[in-house]
Amino acid sequence: MNRARPTSAWAVPAAVLAATLAAGFAFDLWTQAWWALLGVAFVCVVLTAEAVEGRLAVRHLGAYQRALALGFPIALLAVWEALATTGVLNPRWFPPPTQIAAALWDLIVSYDRFNRTSLIGRPWLVPERLATEGWAGVRALVDEAHLTATLGRVLGGFAIGAAPGVLVGMAMGLNRTVRHMLDATMSAIYVLPKIAIFPILMLVFPDPFGEGPKIAVVAISAFFLVAISTMAGVQGIDPVYLQAGRNFGANRWQMFRHVILPGALPIVFNGLRLALGTALIVIVAVEFVRADRGVGFLIFYYWQVLVTPKMYAGLFVVMALGVGLTALLQWLERRAMPWRKG
Amino acid sequence: MATAGAPARTVAPKIVAKGAQKRFPTRRGWVTAVESVDLEVAEGEFVCVVGPSGCGKSTFLRILAGLDHATAGEARIVPGSDPKQPLNAVVFQEYAIFPWKTVLANVAFGPQMRGVTRAEREAIARAWIAKVGLERFEDYYPAQLSGGMKQRVSIARALAHDPQVLLMDEPLGALDAQTRAVLQEELLRLWEETRKTVVYVTHSIDEAVLLGDRVVVMTAHPGRVKTEFRIDLPRPRDLTTTSTPAYAALTGAVWAALRDEVRAAMAQDAEEVRS
Ligand SMILES: Nc1ncnc2c1ncn2[C@@H]1O[C@H](COP(=O)(O)OP(=O)(O)OP(=O)(O)O)[C@@H](O)[C@H]1O
Ligand SMILES: [Mg+2]
Repeated sequence: MNRARPTSAWAVPAAVLAATLAAGFAFDLWTQAWWALLGVAFVCVVLTAEAVEGRLAVRHLGAYQRALALGFPIALLAVWEALATTGVLNPRWFPPPTQIAAALWDLIVSYDRFNRTSLIGRPWLVPERLATEGWAGVRALVDEAHLTATLGRVLGGFAIGAAPGVLVGMAMGLNRTVRHMLDATMSAIYVLPKIAIFPILMLVFPDPFGEGPKIAVVAISAFFLVAISTMAGVQGIDPVYLQAGRNFGANRWQMFRHVILPGALPIVFNGLRLALGTALIVIVAVEFVRADRGVGFLIFYYWQVLVTPKMYAGLFVVMALGVGLTALLQWLERRAMPWRKG
Repeated sequence: MATAGAPARTVAPKIVAKGAQKRFPTRRGWVTAVESVDLEVAEGEFVCVVGPSGCGKSTFLRILAGLDHATAGEARIVPGSDPKQPLNAVVFQEYAIFPWKTVLANVAFGPQMRGVTRAEREAIARAWIAKVGLERFEDYYPAQLSGGMKQRVSIARALAHDPQVLLMDEPLGALDAQTRAVLQEELLRLWEETRKTVVYVTHSIDEAVLLGDRVVVMTAHPGRVKTEFRIDLPRPRDLTTTSTPAYAALTGAVWAALRDEVRAAMAQDAEEVRS
């Protein structure tokens, strides 16, 4: 922002940062006051980074900001690594990131004979199984994977819930009678934590321990979120667009196709993004309680047997899943709404 | 030169309003937006409506457009001989061009709703886009355009619909003085070409006198027609028209009629703030 500031602008906080870190190690302050040291260090880093940004050429700013976004988590992991290996953090509960990475690698390449599962289904075995057992062998590989189990439940539940959610939301947004009938009920169910109805769902399905109730609970959480956002999206359309549509002779279908649907789309996608996040939360919670496969099961299992690096590896997989699915949705969003690129 | 009262006419009017009234139900009872409007507009006439803010100009226009119903009296467009030609197209006060459609798709919207084939409607749209000087922006979305450009798109969309009557609600109200002047000349040029029947609402007396064949002055809220002025400045007009003495005399006369109404409207607003 402020260009051409003196060198002292970044030199001073950098010096304070170095002094703080040095003092921390010299007087063994890390164990007693690590939070204070981290606080001071963080403020110094921000000041330094800001001062450096002020001295950069404008064309480098984008790269610099990306570097900051990437550099911070790397720095965080480095600090964690240092604190865990020096014993400031109890490595039993907070294993160093390198150990977590190793555990993740181990989970990816190995097969758990006891649970008869693997993380990603050992795709390198596919050609061999195909030759010996045919498609059934491949199917077995897919079935043993935690990742495909969770992904299938999330995507399946999401699709089953979101599609009717959009339809019902549209109906509520377009028709006053439908809205008056459903709004109060929907809002009441909406605030209910969906995991609470999981026991009921287990009774409803013929196989209480199968995939049915798990997919259903995800679908129900997605449904209400998407329906309510879609309704809000339809109602939030500026009436002047509806008037313009009518004035230029749009019939009911044309009105829906050219005015209401695109007008509501931004809020609909907001709802879809929220629903996706909720779907992940719900499925991990369900897999904690009632599953023999899935990333949630993996996390909970390794917590029970106290193999914390693998538990963290499971957390990382959930995170990656969330990031990946959100990116997919954003890609869809950009395709569906090209006018929003600006 | 400035004559009050409806001028004598021989041909049947294109627009007829008789005692048009609009009341809205609100929590504090009925609000009268338009008290009673009597107005006749001839085929091919350009009528400007001026009146203080809140006097019901937009409401009256919406009734004419068929987007709202009069609660008493009537205000309607007399259909022409071609039943397929749309009765009217509105240029809205807030542009109201669709943010999710490109300039081309926005301008082609009217013909598209009537089922005109893609090639044909895009040809129509391109022609109008060229006439308002936006050829290079066909594939832009409204968010990428300036206010003046958006309003051009809105005008092109209305003209591409080829309506019997063009209803314009303060189309240049939100623009800066220079853009406004340029678009006023463009409107004059387009009107010379098309000679459509136009009802044009504006806040600006200068604009009303420059563009219109007639200027209708409305009273403060609730609106009625107070008086009207025939503007027989020679056509074709352009911005140089504004420096003629006849123009100055007319704007002076319109302002004299409007001044009391604007004062009344301001007094009403003050009343509202106090209560
Ligand atoms: N839907 C509505 N419900 C209640 N009152 C309304 C409604 N629409 C308009 N009004 C009232 O009717 C009056 C006239 O409104 P209108 O928008 O027609 O005024 P206008 O002359 O176009 O004003 P402006 O010049 O500011 O655009 C205003 O007092 C407004 O508050
Ligand atoms: Mg208005």
